[in-house]
Amino acid sequence: MPEIHAPLLDMYRTMLTIRRFEERCNALYMQGRIPSTLHLYIGQEAVATGVCAHLKDTDYVLSTHRPHGHAIAKGVAPRDIMAELFAKATGCCKGKGGSMHVGDMRVGMTPAIAIVGANAPIAAGMALAQKRQGEGGVTVCFFGDGAANEGAVHEALNMAAVWGLPLVFVCENNLYAASTSFEAAFAIEHVADRGQAYGIPSLIVDGNDVQAVYGKAGEAIERARQGGGPTLIECETYRLCGHSRSDPRTYRTKDEEALWQEKEPIGRLAATLERLNLATAEALDHIEKEVVAVVDEAVAYAESSPDPEPTDTLQHVFWGED
Amino acid sequence: MAKLTIAEALRQGIREEMERDPRVFCVGEDIGVEGGFGGAFTVTLGLSKEFGHERILDTPISEIGIAGVTIGAAMAGLRPIADVQYGDFLFCMMDQMVNQAPKMTYMSGGTVKVPMVMRAPVGSTRRGSQHAQSPEAFFTHIPGLKVVAPSTAYDAKGLLKSAVRDDNPVLIFEHKLLYGSKGPRSESGALSPIGEVPEDDYVVPIGKGIVRREGTDVTIVGKLLTVYRALEAADQLAEEGISAEVIDPRTLVPLDKELILASVRKTGRLVIVEEDNLTGGWAGEVAAIVSEEGFFHLDAPIKRVSAPDTPPPFAPVMEAFYVPSAERVVQAVKASLGEGWART
Repeated sequence: MPEIHAPLLDMYRTMLTIRRFEERCNALYMQGRIPSTLHLYIGQEAVATGVCAHLKDTDYVLSTHRPHGHAIAKGVAPRDIMAELFAKATGCCKGKGGSMHVGDMRVGMTPAIAIVGANAPIAAGMALAQKRQGEGGVTVCFFGDGAANEGAVHEALNMAAVWGLPLVFVCENNLYAASTSFEAAFAIEHVADRGQAYGIPSLIVDGNDVQAVYGKAGEAIERARQGGGPTLIECETYRLCGHSRSDPRTYRTKDEEALWQEKEPIGRLAATLERLNLATAEALDHIEKEVVAVVDEAVAYAESSPDPEPTDTLQHVFWGED
Repeated sequence: MAKLTIAEALRQGIREEMERDPRVFCVGEDIGVEGGFGGAFTVTLGLSKEFGHERILDTPISEIGIAGVTIGAAMAGLRPIADVQYGDFLFCMMDQMVNQAPKMTYMSGGTVKVPMVMRAPVGSTRRGSQHAQSPEAFFTHIPGLKVVAPSTAYDAKGLLKSAVRDDNPVLIFEHKLLYGSKGPRSESGALSPIGEVPEDDYVVPIGKGIVRREGTDVTIVGKLLTVYRALEAADQLAEEGISAEVIDPRTLVPLDKELILASVRKTGRLVIVEEDNLTGGWAGEVAAIVSEEGFFHLDAPIKRVSAPDTPPPFAPVMEAFYVPSAERVVQAVKASLGEGWART
């Protein structure tokens, strides 16, 4: 029996916002209107959405080079992200960050860290601060299967366990580190198998089932809030797009992609909503229109925003000295 | 005023900052273990008894983790002081120190601050190549990172306090031969510069150098141990009638270049002494600044006295050859003065 208490409609809207945002980014890039490279989150929306649905603005998320979905799910305004992708002065990083560093600390979205695995020890530090501050704050560190082989992640897993930090490690195993398959980079079947080695409760969840992600992430986040320490959650998912903009995906078979297209998370949630009579096709269509309007507005805002000044390059090297 | 070693002055500074601000804490390997060393050079000795193990936080041997935890804790509202056992271990955490800590404010468009301190002992001290390097130049090349290098007990405490209160990442280089660490952690050949250190609250501002000895014939710029090599050389030169001015920049980033330029305008000659390797070293940057901004005040080519372009050796006789000596400084000054120096 599905968890009908989960905010399914809200999560549907968030997932659809991520999907439509990313599709629009792709189109804008193809038209030459976005100067940045892009690592799109298409296909993985259920992970960020199901996890972040439990988080408050005072909780922290640490993201990766593929951060748009995490940022939207954590509450960063799509227009602030889009303006950053357009390299505008109004972007969430004032044009200094670009696609791979979007964030907004006002909602707990740490500027994304694009060195693979480097976010994990920083997440441990943020969780250490939250533990010391004693206000029940939690940090979530998203990383990919590729990052799971970085030493930084292992040091962070160990420290989080030793210190019992309120830190939830969410590994989005999308089966490929750029073009390198999971099988080529691991001698074990699951990333989660490594959690036990550090004394961290670890589990595997269907990352394309937002209800499942929501349920398991909720348990882990609540345990962290209550002082129960870290958890490692491996979310099995698949990016339904290339690694980055110039990726024809010739390292994957069309059959494999078709298989995962059937498990695509948004269509699955739509079917669930209709089956449970939580939303009619008409209601979902209405959400679709609202989501598209949000993305339209984000693009209009970004396009009409001013460029930074060339000499803005010199600002923000040091805090408080501009 | 109490006379303290640098290790004692740093400890006093840390204690005062921890008492002043509950957000301040120390993190590192072997810094608070009961019966342990108090860090590799006794700086945090006894502090875990005063403040407890939450605020003198011992870590696993995980340099990437230490750096990342320090950065994250700073971003989330604490004021960490990280202890690196040897400056050479900074290379283990290089991504965190280059790509993360100093770029966070910039990449976020000035919305995130990283008020962290990292302390790292440097200098060649009979430990072979991997516990010996003076890697300052690597870190002066990173925009967004402040770098300080105190050579006296007074400056060590004052700069540490400034660093803790700064809202940017600050890397403090400390020289192993200057700590004055006692007991089993004392160093062979240490200078142990004991200095008067006020017990009250004071800071030494980041970015301000100091003239250690006034002179008129030549400017010698040194840092950490080589400040003392320069002062020793100045004593020898004085016996020969040569008046050397010795400058200790104390902060490497941002550099008090006006202090150096003002001295060169007076003396017309510049010798830079450092323990780092010659090629790509910090001395080269100082030379470039003075060449660009003080060229017409120079009466002779700038001289650099550095370690040779080799890893630090182990054998004491080779180490003595490697680390710049007062004699090499004297030779460089005489070369700068040229053939006619003896007649003036």
